Amino acid sequence: MLLSEMKESQTGVVNRVGGNGALRRRILEMGILKGSEVYIEKYAPLKDPLELIVKGYHLSLRVEEAAQITVDDVK
Amino acid sequence: MSQKSLTIALAGNPNSGKTTIFNNITGTRQKVGNWPGVTVEKKEGIVSKYGYELKIIDLPGTYSLTPFSVEEIIARDFVLDECPDVVIDIIDASNLERSLYLATQLRETDCKVLFALNMADIARTRGIKIDADKLSELLDLPIVFTIGNKNEGIDALLKKAIELAESDVDTSGRRKVKYSKDIENSISKLRSFIEKNSGISLPYKTRWTIIKLLENDKLVRERVLQKAGDQGRNIIQEVQLHRELLADRFNDDSEIVMTDERYGFIAGIIKEVLTTITKQRIDISRNIDLVLTNRFIGFPIFIFFIWAMFQLTFSLGVYPMEWLDTSVNWFSISLDGLLPDSLFKDLLINGVIAGVGSIIVFLPNILILFFCIALFEDTGYMSRAAFLMDRIMHLIGLHGKSFIPMLMGFGCSVPAVMATRTLESEKDRILTILITPFMSCSAKLPIYIVLTGIFFSAKAGTVIFCIYFAGIILAIVTGRLFRSTLLRGADAPFVMELPPYRVPMVKSLIIHMWDRSKMFLKKMGGVILIGSVVIWTLSAFPQNIQYSRDYLAETNSVIALYDTKIATANGLDMQHLENKRDAAVAQLETAQKTEKMEKSYMGRIGKTLAPVFAPLGIDWRGSVALLTGFVAKEIVVSTMGILYLAGDEGSDTLKDALLSSDMTPLSALAMMVFVLLYLPCLATVATIKQETGSFKWTLFSITYCTSLAWVAAFCVYQGGKIIGFS
Repeated sequence: MLLSEMKESQTGVVNRVGGNGALRRRILEMGILKGSEVYIEKYAPLKDPLELIVKGYHLSLRVEEAAQITVDDVK
Repeated sequence: MSQKSLTIALAGNPNSGKTTIFNNITGTRQKVGNWPGVTVEKKEGIVSKYGYELKIIDLPGTYSLTPFSVEEIIARDFVLDECPDVVIDIIDASNLERSLYLATQLRETDCKVLFALNMADIARTRGIKIDADKLSELLDLPIVFTIGNKNEGIDALLKKAIELAESDVDTSGRRKVKYSKDIENSISKLRSFIEKNSGISLPYKTRWTIIKLLENDKLVRERVLQKAGDQGRNIIQEVQLHRELLADRFNDDSEIVMTDERYGFIAGIIKEVLTTITKQRIDISRNIDLVLTNRFIGFPIFIFFIWAMFQLTFSLGVYPMEWLDTSVNWFSISLDGLLPDSLFKDLLINGVIAGVGSIIVFLPNILILFFCIALFEDTGYMSRAAFLMDRIMHLIGLHGKSFIPMLMGFGCSVPAVMATRTLESEKDRILTILITPFMSCSAKLPIYIVLTGIFFSAKAGTVIFCIYFAGIILAIVTGRLFRSTLLRGADAPFVMELPPYRVPMVKSLIIHMWDRSKMFLKKMGGVILIGSVVIWTLSAFPQNIQYSRDYLAETNSVIALYDTKIATANGLDMQHLENKRDAAVAQLETAQKTEKMEKSYMGRIGKTLAPVFAPLGIDWRGSVALLTGFVAKEIVVSTMGILYLAGDEGSDTLKDALLSSDMTPLSALAMMVFVLLYLPCLATVATIKQETGSFKWTLFSITYCTSLAWVAAFCVYQGGKIIGFS
């Protein structure tokens, strides 16, 4: 499943961060890596970007950026 | 005896409280924000403590040392090239895991690193307990607890830093992040390759350089090539082989694998030092966010805040603005009375005071506006505003944060352009600066009001609205155009931290407000001063004009004529005649002024430019008015007043004068379109120069605005004529 398909208040475990170049690197550096647990806090009122909690802090990503990330064990 | 001096650099993630600690140490006024990446400039302060002269450098807040953003490059270059005696890494205790990522990279640089574990008190209330001794032992680094906003632990931190700087610990033997076998293998093979070729000189420490090369770091690669020449090319080739090898082995780029492994190393540390007591903690910040970024009321609240900011800035700001305006006038009048008539006096009053005075009156607005912005930033609301607006701004190819400067552009372009400083990506910053002037500023409003009032009386409101709307549309078009041409490149990614809400410190709010405003006064003052003198010179010279009429003689004869009549007239008639005499004299004075204006350099430029403006339906008087608008847009109306009124002796209001001139509703519309778009005022241009730091971009902005203005006005006027309007 893609991170961008997750609904509010769901948790999941990151499987793979796709995309390329600096953006991908940055997403990883911010702690979204294989095995990290993410919690979807909310989507912005216009459905983009989204806010998630990873490694204990709040991070926002655009939906198109989140669509590069696959997640497992979505609950 | 001179003190020994030490350089201490402060590094850390954005929002780690780094700037607060910097302020506490140096007492220097510096920006403390909640917005990620707010400290773009390098700030430093010097303090004398414990017998040392400590030079403290506040590095930009960064998440890592990869060259992802300007801030990171600044921070990294400083650490590597300037070799500070100690680097203090400030770590937000409630965000330990992510903070350690930067920490592991700092350790790899072989600098003397010291940790400040900041805000552990807040972390504790959030149920996070950190075993600092263990952390210190595992990382092989000293750790000091600090609470930045309460100024606790700062002295201990400095003492420890001095102690560390004076000690001769060998940092190279320190326990490093140990990468997986394959990567370590490549590192040691590359190391022996470099050592074998003893002629190779590397710009940085060997292990660090190898790691960076394996991570495909462009900047490091360039520097290696520069420093080591042909040998460098060999190394790069060798590294490339290893990169391919590793990519094959891990099925992914080695930089990704290494990022992963660093986090793996960190995870191991976290497991040993961090205990979370309560899983479900009460989080006030999250609750606030549930309201402020709520699906339904998030936007209304945001609009209310923006509205409130505007109200405060432009409504409340009006009062002190008036006081200042009165003071400037009073000052100017007093000087007028005190000094004997001379060219110098004219320069002083009509050039310097009029010019600089017109800028100083904006100070209250600027103060209030920057106070509001500081409040948004320090509380953490600014990143929420970006979160809310990003979807909309993304349509223009901009980041959510660009919304604030663009919105402020409706008030005044000067603070608006200054507000672009909160944008992290330079491309975003320049693009926002380029389109902000199209947000019609409040100084242009009087021009619209006068022109629409005269030519579109019944539909004035609609016309003004359309003008504003046209500005927004053109801003969007420009944004998209430049984004896909000049400033191409992926949009800045929106990977943005939403820091917890914090109660702002009043002291720091006031420091920010004053700091930014001071800069405004200082820099604007200088440029405005020069600009005003130039404009004054252009309008005041040449001094010896060959007037077409002898105004002095005419005035004297008019006075003489009336005076003889007055001498024979009785009471009521006398009063009436005196009024008539004064009116006649005044009319001659304006006529003289007009001729002077016409024959001044400014007037000549206006007349020379007239052919350029003719296709827009604007005559030479309009051209001069527009030209003077460069000083400040408000002046356009007053210049038009002088030129049109005086040129047409039968009229006594600007309205009659304009109606009886060649101006038509269509040409008035063309003129308004031109005013909306053409080159911004001197103060804005100076700000653009200051914020872009580039003459090229400033020139580009001016040229683009003005060309677009001409084309748009041309289309309106000529297009309108074709359709049949007049």
